[in-house]
Amino acid sequence: MWEYTDKVKDHFMNPRNVGEIEGAKAVGEVGSLSCGDALKLMLDVDENEVIVDAKFQTFGCASAIASSSALTEMVKGLTLTEAEKITNEEIADYLGGLPKEKMHCSVMGREALEAAIANYRGVAIPMAEGEVVCECFGVTDLEIKRAITESNLRTVEEITNFTKAGGGCGKCLDRLQDILDEVHKGGGAKIIPMKGPARMTNIQKIKRIEDVLEREIRPVLRNDGGDIELVDVDGDIVVVSLRGSCGGCSRSQTTLKEYVEKTLREKVLASLIVEEDKP
Amino acid sequence: MSKVIYMDNNATTRVAPEVLEAMLPYFSELYGNPSSMHRFGGEVGRAITRARAQVANLLGATPEEIIFTSCGTESDSTAILSAVRANPEKRHLVISRVEHPAVKNLAESLHNLTGHKYQVTSLGVDSEGMLDLEEYREALNDDTAMVSVMMANNETGVIFPIAEMAEIAKERGILFHTDAVQAVGKVPINLQELPVDFLSLSGHKLHAPKGVGVLYVRKGSPYAPFVIGGHQERGRRGGTENSASIIGLGKACELAGMMMSMENTKVKKLRDKLEEGLLAKIPNSLLNGHKTCRLPNTTNISFEYVEGEAILLHLDEYNICASSGSACTSGSLEPSHVMRAMGVPFTAAHGSIRFSLSVFNTEDEVDFIVEKLPPIIANLREMSPFWHNRDK
Repeated sequence: MWEYTDKVKDHFMNPRNVGEIEGAKAVGEVGSLSCGDALKLMLDVDENEVIVDAKFQTFGCASAIASSSALTEMVKGLTLTEAEKITNEEIADYLGGLPKEKMHCSVMGREALEAAIANYRGVAIPMAEGEVVCECFGVTDLEIKRAITESNLRTVEEITNFTKAGGGCGKCLDRLQDILDEVHKGGGAKIIPMKGPARMTNIQKIKRIEDVLEREIRPVLRNDGGDIELVDVDGDIVVVSLRGSCGGCSRSQTTLKEYVEKTLREKVLASLIVEEDKP
Repeated sequence: MSKVIYMDNNATTRVAPEVLEAMLPYFSELYGNPSSMHRFGGEVGRAITRARAQVANLLGATPEEIIFTSCGTESDSTAILSAVRANPEKRHLVISRVEHPAVKNLAESLHNLTGHKYQVTSLGVDSEGMLDLEEYREALNDDTAMVSVMMANNETGVIFPIAEMAEIAKERGILFHTDAVQAVGKVPINLQELPVDFLSLSGHKLHAPKGVGVLYVRKGSPYAPFVIGGHQERGRRGGTENSASIIGLGKACELAGMMMSMENTKVKKLRDKLEEGLLAKIPNSLLNGHKTCRLPNTTNISFEYVEGEAILLHLDEYNICASSGSACTSGSLEPSHVMRAMGVPFTAAHGSIRFSLSVFNTEDEVDFIVEKLPPIIANLREMSPFWHNRDK
């Protein structure tokens, strides 16, 4: 059973904006029946290129339906230029996160949005022009490289989670590794070395956690008007509380896991788990 | 939480109250080691002897032919690796394309780990999930060490002609193993007449607990242990006996013998009512697997143009438990290997739902599902672009 957030469940059980827009000038269709998920996104765009309405039809699992629903809510009211900047990570964040195996559902959302905008502008979709690497799911090298860079993917398994490439017959797995190496060699993504398990006492551990929070993490969060406080350290579980603008931010879970936890694991101990203090 | 409607019995079953009752003393006051010399341990030993007889009785075997293991997967591994070791000069295995991963992945890893010294022939199935006996005959050769084919398929419930297949193997002097995990307790098995060398079963599929299984080894068939250790199971499977679970499994086998007719009357009637109700009320729904040559408790239906995980989560809102062969539920990105082997079209494979019943299900539960599922499918289809374009 997948661990879906309440927001995913809500958008799955009560999807927003299901349906069609008659004569829509921006239509993006991605996926196929054989792939197991597909999305048809329709946008109503006014003369100022503002998206005044968005509707969708989706074939797929709960996270595919929830991602589509979220996407339509996110783009309404934006100009095409603004909408164009939406990343798959932002779609996942809007839903409070997706299981890693389901990240490709958010990528499908972004691809449909790009396709719809390209359709409106009458241009080709750049990503579709690359060379097909995964024949099972029709994924191109450009799409794979982009996912590696944008989402800082570090393993072939992560590439599969995000793009589905390599999830079928598996023939392209070696090629995926090559692409991954190539991108990383070019400095496209940061590889975070995992530290070996250093022996340290509980006191040392807490001190180092405090130190990293104080010197590295807090300044970054404060830049965005937020703050963080260490509440407790219980074994390898680090309980923190997010303050300021971080507190109510829809991306706070991502900040916690992707930034705070990642940094603490890198700088203190690889087995740490960061959790938010629930009042 | 309202009452759970459990129709996922091919995944696991509820421990029967009589089974639990039989087990409980062996968790508390009767904790002795059955191998001990004292009477206190000996009492547990005698209970295990009784359980062995109960299992043998259900299968038409002798107690000496029953080896207790930790699960169906261990039984499968033991049987296949035993046959491989008994025939070191033979390097060919025959399985089917729809085997459980316990057999399929083991055969594949034998092939890969030995640098392709072991060859594996995987028999195909037709669109109804049935094997072709001619293809089977042709697959056997002088190099074949073993055939391992399941008695009934877990996803579709389709029953394979194991008696005939085992006979053909026997004529050629080839060892035969059947994974009967889904079949035991649902269809009668008589090993006096069924000429297989090995048969696997799993406790938790027939109302015994998880963590106990059985490997039947025919008297005289070559055998080499897999879990090597103490003298337990007459040196054929090391490790202190899981007394309580073994005793529970014995009780479950006794109950299964008594309930077998119910499986084929009450359970089958409920399954048929569910199947007919859903197929009649939901357009573009198709039965997967042979209609009659099938376990009495299993139905696998595809709802075209919708995806299985979405269906399951909607059912879950009503506390209805079922399973799906769709990609998204398996954690992989492709539909189940059984659906693919049967050539179920993609329009249907992603939307396959399996209901597997037990004697604990009721007619009210069936009626509830037949009432709740059609609007779920209609709602998801309304959302599906392929449903709107299905005639184009």
